[in-house]
Formats: sequence, structure tokens, C-alpha cells
Amino acid sequence: MATRMPQLRTDRPPDDSGRQSRRFWILLAAPGILWLAILFIVPFYAVLAIGEGKLNKLFESPVAVYNPLHWSSANLSNVWRDIFGAGSFAGPIVVRTIAYVAIASALCLVIGYPAAYFVSRFAGRRKALFLVLLIAPFWISYMMRMLAWIDLLQTGGYVNKVLTSLHIISTPINWLGGHSFTVILGLVYGYIPYLILVLYAGLDRIDPSLLEAGRDLGLGRLKTFVRVTLPLSRQPILTGMLITVLPMVGDYFTNQLLSGAPNTSMIGNLIEGQLSTPGLEGQGAILSLLLLLVLLGPMIYYVVATNRSSREAS
Amino acid sequence: MTSVTARTGTSGATTQAAGGSERLRPWRNPWRHPWFLEGFTWLYLLWSLAPIAIAVLFSFNKGKSQATYQGLSWRWYWGDAVNSVWHNPQLQSSVFTTLKLSAYATLIAVPIGVAFALGINRWRSKISASFNFVMILSFVVPELIFGVAMFFVFTKLFTGIQLGLLAEILGLVTWNVSWPAIIVQARLVGIGRQYEEAAADLGATQWQTMRRVMMPLLWPAIFASAILVFSGVIDDFVIVDLLSSNASNTPMSVIIYSTQHGGNGGPALNALATIMLVMSFIVAGLGFLGYRFMTRGQRVAGEQALTTIAGAEY
Repeated sequence: MATRMPQLRTDRPPDDSGRQSRRFWILLAAPGILWLAILFIVPFYAVLAIGEGKLNKLFESPVAVYNPLHWSSANLSNVWRDIFGAGSFAGPIVVRTIAYVAIASALCLVIGYPAAYFVSRFAGRRKALFLVLLIAPFWISYMMRMLAWIDLLQTGGYVNKVLTSLHIISTPINWLGGHSFTVILGLVYGYIPYLILVLYAGLDRIDPSLLEAGRDLGLGRLKTFVRVTLPLSRQPILTGMLITVLPMVGDYFTNQLLSGAPNTSMIGNLIEGQLSTPGLEGQGAILSLLLLLVLLGPMIYYVVATNRSSREAS
Repeated sequence: MTSVTARTGTSGATTQAAGGSERLRPWRNPWRHPWFLEGFTWLYLLWSLAPIAIAVLFSFNKGKSQATYQGLSWRWYWGDAVNSVWHNPQLQSSVFTTLKLSAYATLIAVPIGVAFALGINRWRSKISASFNFVMILSFVVPELIFGVAMFFVFTKLFTGIQLGLLAEILGLVTWNVSWPAIIVQARLVGIGRQYEEAAADLGATQWQTMRRVMMPLLWPAIFASAILVFSGVIDDFVIVDLLSSNASNTPMSVIIYSTQHGGNGGPALNALATIMLVMSFIVAGLGFLGYRFMTRGQRVAGEQALTTIAGAEY
């Protein structure tokens, strides 16, 4: 018996099998690498080439320029002027997007944290029930959830009926006629399930013995929360906020459905509108790349943070 | 002991103080059930789910209104000869388009992503590390920015493909390939190298190890990622909105958005959204049962299976 292992080693020299297995792994990874190269990296270069390219004046269509030496900055300077120039029309849209996203994500956290905290710590034997209800919106399409609020918020809808019958308002309000309030409500309602899921997963991982130790050492309920739970939930809060903020910044459908008025439009609407306007596609390309540039920092932070926490967990 | 009573919520207010003689007042008892938090959680769940229930109810509305309930009927599913989901060609074809997109995207993205994860995990080099980073970037980039890149690449660079079903499938595969890649990599880290080394010591070839040892260990992760991709495509909106070209390749989410936004909303849209909801719930239910079945020897808690198929455990 004892001689089998060395025999095996002489049968297949480790050097050769190493090289062979390396080829095996490369072959496995190859389709995914090619796919990402052709359909992820190349497309972003194409966006850059169109944004920095020229405009065919006759057909009002953009001409991509793939050689960086021939790039023109016409689109970039146009976009820059639109955002930062005097009397710019895009500047207020940028400010509004930041305000909407900030308010909506803060509300998501304020509503989502207590719910996730309760279910992870105190739900007891009913945890599975709570979890199903908490996760259910995750499986309900975004459009369905927006449609639900469109039904409720119509002028003759239930929200107005309840409010008038309680004499809180005297005449029905046109909620869907361009109110910031409605759009922010839609954003919170649309993105909060993702935040809650991340918060729950993070809070559930906290070792209960740490909390009991805090209690045993004489901390009250509130102090245990502030000194033990809250510091331990810093990571889930940050990643959860990113997971809601990143898609919210690129949202163009929520306000289209719940308001549709130009006075609530966001950066997403600007980009989407430029894509379908002849002559403005190049500016849409530049604007989406600028947005990517701004968000690259948070994106990389998210990648690094989740990598670190998954290493710690394993 | 104390923690158990606190979790099941039966501790009441009778815990003795450290001194032993004085009875604690309810609000001083550190193990009392957090009724306020529980109430808050129930309110959140009501706010989160009641609008959906009402929207489902309206899909059975007898009348034409999305705001006033006028009695039950199947009119908007198939009763109405013109505007029901079954008889309106646009609505009917969107159901099949969604199913088609989900099936194709899952069948292509999952094998590529799994192979990518296996290859990248074992083939350590600068190339593999950078493509792993690209893959994770594709996971966190806002969907609108990715959609813009896809839109331009199919309209300006790979013009042989054009907008339509093929472009949608290619875009959705690229967007979703990161799910299997991330989940399988996380599982590989959890499994460790010892099984593979044991198989190699016993004389198994690379391919045998993969097929007989690694695949059985990876099936639950692969299955969970397939569920996530399939349901993610049902819910997807931005990519298919930007890449669809006409009614024959427009899925449900886009039909709901464009019809409602165009001012032609009605209970038929609620019916379509309810069909989407039922589809997603069937996928989620099958996913949950399948995952439980696959991990039956491994003492995976039901709660963990729930969060896994919702993508929160990786």
C-alpha cells in the first residue's frame, strides 16, 4: 500500500500535469473571456468612439471614430456647457437627480433597517414567514410594482378616496401630474427590497453571542445596539446603499410612469432622450460615460468591500 | 437560555433583576419583545404588499377602470375579444417573447459563467485576474450605462445584428453571465481544494475530478444561479427596452411600460403584470424546492435556501 503514492507520482511527473491542467483551466475560462471582451469591453470602446467621433451633418447621425488621434471633443464640450454653462438646461437635472437619489436612498435605509433588524434578530419561530414576505417584492416585477401605485394614485384612485373621506384633503390631488413626492415614493418603493435583502443577510451573520456579551457586561438594549450591532452593520449598510444608489442614478422609467412631466426628469431621462434624438446620440454617449466615470469610484469600492467580506466569511 | 426566551418572544416581563428581589418594570426588561419594531415591520410589509394585491384584484375587474373596482371577471385575460391579453396580438406575443428570452439567456449564460468561474478560480494569472475584475464590473455597472453601450454596439458597430431578438439575447447574456460566475466562485472558495486533491491522489484525471467530484458539489450553486438568471430576465426592463425593435420582440415589461406611459393603460396591463407575477412566483417556488432537494444532506436551513435563490448569499 505504501508504495502506491510514489508510483503515481512517477507515472505523471508533476511538471507536465501542471502544464496540462493549466491548459484545461484556460480552455474553460476562454468562452467567458471572449464573450466579455467582445460584448462588454468592445461596446464601451464603441461608446467612447461615438462620443468622441464626428457628426454626419447631412443625416444627423453620429460617425464613430476608432482612432484616438482623430477624436474631437465637440460632444464633450457641448455636454459640459449644458451642465455647467450659464443658463444650462442639464444643470438643474443633475442637481435634481442627486437630490432625489439622496432622499430616496436615505428613506430606504430608515425604513429598511428596522424591518431587516427585527426579522434577523427577533422574528423567532416566525422568521421563515417574515422572510418570505420580505423577499416577495424581489420576485415581483418592477413594472408590476409601479403599476400598483399608478392604480392607487390616479385622481379617482383609492389614495384620494381615503384622503377625502378622512377630510385630510378637500379635492382630489393629481398625484401623477409631476410631483417630486410621487417620484421619490416610487424610487423608495422600487428599490427598497434590494436594500433590505442585503441588510438582512448582513445582520443575520452577526454572532448573537457578541450581543449577549454586551448585555452580560452591563449594556442596556439601546447601548448594545449602538456599541455592538451598529458598528457591525456598517458594511451591510454601505453595500446595501450602493446596491440601491447605483441603479437609481440610471433610472428613467420610474418618473416617466409616475409623473412624465419634464419638471421631475433625471439624468437617465436625459440620456434615454438623447439616444432617440437624431444628432444628439453622440452627446448621450458622452453623458453616459461621464456618469460611469463618476460612479466608477463607488463601483470599485463595492467590489473591494464585498471581496473582503466574502474572504472573511470563508 | 435568556436568548432563547427573548427570541421566541415569550419572556414576558418577569425577568429578575441581578439583585433577585426587585421585579423589573416592563420597559426596563432587556429581554422584552420589541413590539414597536414588530409593528413597524408589519406596517412596512402592508405598505410593500397591499398595493400589489390591489393591482392583482384590478386585473380581474369587470369594468375598464384601473382605479374603481367593479366586480370579478376573466375579461382582461381572455374574455374581451379585442383587448384581453389572449386576444390582443401585442400582449399575447409579449408573454412568449419574455419566456423565449429567459430560456435562451439562461441556457447560454449559465454554462459560460460556470466554466468561466472554474477556469478563473484555478488559472491564476494577470489575464484571469483582470477578466475577473471586468466580470464583476459588469455586475455592478448601472443597467442604463450598460444598455447604452449595447444599443450603440448593435446600431453602429456590429450592424449585421441589428436591434431585435438576437441583440436582446446577447445583451441579456452579457448582463447575467456574472450571476453564475460569482455564485460558483463563492462556492468553490467554500469547498476548498481538499476534495480535488484527494481525487487526484486516488488517480483521477482532471476531467474525471471535474465530472465526478466537483460537479456534484457545485450543482446547487449552478441551479441557484440559473433560477436567478431566469427570473432576472423576466423582470428585466432597461436592456430589452433599448434593444427591442418591434412588437414581435418586445417582452412583457416593455409592453407594460410603453402602453401605460402612452396613456393606454387599462386592466389588461394589470392582467399582463399578474401573469408576470405568477411566472416569477412559479420560478421562485421551483427554485426553492429544487434547492432544498439538492442540498438535502447538508442541513441547509430553509431561510438560507430562501435568501440563496434571491441572490443574497454569495
